Amino acid sequence: MPDTFFFALEVTLNGLMAGVMYALVALGFVLIFKASGIFNFAQGVMALFAAMTFVGMQNGQIPFAHLINAVFGTNLHYFGWTLHSLAAITLTVGVMILLAWAVQRFIFRYLVGQEPIILFMATIGLAYLLEGVADLMWGADIKKLDFCLTDGTCLPQGINLAIDEATFNLFGYGFFIDNLDITATIVAIILVAILVAFSQYTKQGRAMRAVADDHQAALSVGVSLNFIWILVWSVAGFVALVAGIMWGAKLGVQFSLSLIALKALPVLMLGGFTSIPGAIVGGLIIGMGEKLFEFFIGSAIGGATENWFAYVLALIFLVFRPQGLFGEKIIERV
Amino acid sequence: MKMKLTTMALTALMAAGPAMADLVFPSLSYRTGPFAAGGIPFADGYADYFTLLNERDGGIGGVMTRVIECETAYNTERGVECYEATKNEGSLVYQPLSTGITYQLIPRTTADNIPMHTLGYGRTSAKNGKVFSHTFNYPANYWDGASGAVNYLLEINSNDISGKKVALVYHNSAYGKEPIPTLEALAAKHGFELLLLAVDSPGQEQKSQWLQIRQQRPDYVLMWGWGVMNQVAIQEAANIRFPMENFIGIWWSGGEHDVMPAGDGANGYKALTFHNVGSDFPIYEDIQKYVVATGKAAGAGDQVGSVLYNRGMYAAMLAAEGAREAQRIHGVADITPAMMRDGLEALNMTEERMAALGLPNFGPTFTATCENHGGDGLVGVVQWDATAKTWSLVSDFKSTDQDVINALIEADSAAYAAENNIAPRCN
Repeated sequence: MPDTFFFALEVTLNGLMAGVMYALVALGFVLIFKASGIFNFAQGVMALFAAMTFVGMQNGQIPFAHLINAVFGTNLHYFGWTLHSLAAITLTVGVMILLAWAVQRFIFRYLVGQEPIILFMATIGLAYLLEGVADLMWGADIKKLDFCLTDGTCLPQGINLAIDEATFNLFGYGFFIDNLDITATIVAIILVAILVAFSQYTKQGRAMRAVADDHQAALSVGVSLNFIWILVWSVAGFVALVAGIMWGAKLGVQFSLSLIALKALPVLMLGGFTSIPGAIVGGLIIGMGEKLFEFFIGSAIGGATENWFAYVLALIFLVFRPQGLFGEKIIERV
Repeated sequence: MKMKLTTMALTALMAAGPAMADLVFPSLSYRTGPFAAGGIPFADGYADYFTLLNERDGGIGGVMTRVIECETAYNTERGVECYEATKNEGSLVYQPLSTGITYQLIPRTTADNIPMHTLGYGRTSAKNGKVFSHTFNYPANYWDGASGAVNYLLEINSNDISGKKVALVYHNSAYGKEPIPTLEALAAKHGFELLLLAVDSPGQEQKSQWLQIRQQRPDYVLMWGWGVMNQVAIQEAANIRFPMENFIGIWWSGGEHDVMPAGDGANGYKALTFHNVGSDFPIYEDIQKYVVATGKAAGAGDQVGSVLYNRGMYAAMLAAEGAREAQRIHGVADITPAMMRDGLEALNMTEERMAALGLPNFGPTFTATCENHGGDGLVGVVQWDATAKTWSLVSDFKSTDQDVINALIEADSAAYAAENNIAPRCN
C-alpha cells in the first residue's frame, strides 16, 4: 500500500491520541456542569494551578516566596528538600480539596439560586483570581515536569520504538506513536473507570448523581448540597491535576497551560456537557477530525487549521444535535 | 579619552547648574500572562543596567536615570495604553517588546517626536531611516535572521545547499510570517526547497506539523516561534528524534526557558542571535557588586546572565549609549526625546566602546545613519548544551545577504511611505 495511506492512518491514530488529551480536560468541565449546572470557565486554570502546585511541592519550592521576600527582605526560595511524585500528588490533592472548599465557602455559597450566567461570570473571576494566586505562589517561570514512580520509571515521552519497529516490519512503514499519548490513554481509561465506579457504587457518588438529577429532590431526602458541591469541585480538581500533569509533561508547566481549556470547548460542544463518555468520544472525534482535515486540506490552504476546524466540526454536530452526542435532551412541558 | 572628557564636562555642568530632571527610560514589560517567562528576564536586564549606571556612575553624563515600568502582559491594547500613560513623563525612548505594539506605536511616536527602539523585532523595513524617522531596529531584524540562518547552513555545507530541503515551522501570525519572503528569495538564489508549516497560536498542539516533518524528512528545520510554541516544538522534535543540531530557531526561540522543559532531548538545539550569551563578561562583576549584592536588582537576581536578561541589558546599553551620544551632539546633559532620537541615529557601536563598557565581543559592531536605522545585520548562532545547561556561541556574528534584504526593505518601506504620504528624508 502507498505511503500516503499509511501516513493518513498514522495521522488518524495520533489524532485519536490527541483527542484523549483534550478529553482529559473536558472531563473536569463535565463533572461540575453535571452536578451544579455551572460552566466552569476556571477549569483550565485549575489544571495550571494543580500542575504548578505539584511541581512546586516536588521541588520543595516555598509558596509565595517572592511575596515573603518582598515584605520581609528575606531571600528564601526553596525548603531544601524534594518530594517523591506520589507524595507531591497527595499533597496537591489536599490543596485542590482546600481550593474546592474555599470556592464553595467564599463564592458559590453566596450565589445559590442565581442565574447560570451569573455563576458563569463568577467562574471567569475565579479563573483570573486563581491565575494571579498561582503566579504569586509559584512564580511565572516555566517548570519542567518530571513524574517518576522510581528513579528509572518516569512519565515516558517520545516515539514508541516497539510500535515503530513492529509496523515497519509489517507494512514497511514505521508508525510514530508518542509514549506520552499512550500513557495518557491508559490514564484516561483508568480515570473514567474510577469516576464511573465512584458515581455508581459509592454513597457519595449516588448522592452526586441525585444532586445532578434534581437539586430539590436530593435536598428533600437529606443530601447536603454544600458537601456534594465541595466533593464535585474536589473531584474536578483531581481531574484537573491529572490533565495538568499530562499536558505539563508535554508543554512544561507554564501559564499557557490554562489555554488548554480552549481545546476542551469543542469537545464539550460535540460530546455534550453532561456526559463523561461524551467527553471521551467527543475528544476522539475532534482530535481525529482536526488532524485529518489538516492532513488532507490544511496544507493546501496554508495550514494551521486545527484550532478553528475543531470548532467548525463541533458546530456541524450542534446544528443536528444541539445537546451534543451524549447530552441529555431537555424537554420542558407546560 | 574624548568620551571621558565629555562626561567630566557634563558632570561639571550639572554640578554648577540648576537641578536637572531624570533621564526617563520607560519599560513596557510583561511580567504576567502566558509570555511572562520571556518578559521577566528581559525587564530585569533592562532595569538592572540603568540601576548599575546610577549606582556606579551617578547616571549618564551626571544625570540620574529613571526606569518607568508599565505592564503590558504582551497585549497590544495595554501596550498602547502604557505608551499614552508614560509619554508625558519625559520618556526618552520606547522599547515596546512586541511586534503588535510596535506597529501601533510607529505613527504615534513619529507624531510625538519620541524615538522607539525595537531590538530584533517589530517592523523589519523600519531599518529604512528615510521613511521611518523615529524607529530603530539595530543591530539585526527578522530578515537578517532568515538570511543568517541560510548563511549558517551554507557555512556548514561547504557553501552548497542546492537540493537540500529546509522546513520553516512558524507561528501563524504576522511575526511568524516575517521571514517567508526572504527565505523564498534565498531558496530561489541557493536552490534549496522550502517547506512551510504553520502552527496555530498559541501552539500547544503541533503533532500534525511534526508528523509531516517526520514524513517529508527535511534536512534542516528553522523555527519562528514564541511562547509555548517553542517548548512544544523542541519537545516534538525530540519525540520524532529529529537531529537537534539541524534544528535552528530565531532568537525569540532561543532562551533557557524554551529548552529546559525538554530536558536532555533539547541537547544540541541551535538558535540565531545578535548578542553574546552567558555571564562571562566584566560588566557582570559590577552588576553583582552594585545591583544584586545591594538588593537593588529588579527581580530576584536569579535571571542574571540568562539569554533574555542579556538581551534586556543589551537594549538598555544601546539606549544609554544613544543618550550619551545625544548629550554629546547637543552639549546638554538633560536631553529631550527629540535629542535622544538624534543620538540613536548617530550611534556608533565599536568593539572598543563595548569593551570599555565591560561587554567585549558582546554584540556586533555597527554604525547607525540617517538612512540606516538597522545596523549591518550581523547574525550569530548559539547551541544548547543540556548537560551543562548553557548556551554557547558556535558561529560568530557574520554578515547577512544585504542585497536580497535591502531590496525587500526598499519595497516594503516604499509601500508604507506611499500609504502614509511620507516624503523620504536624508537627502
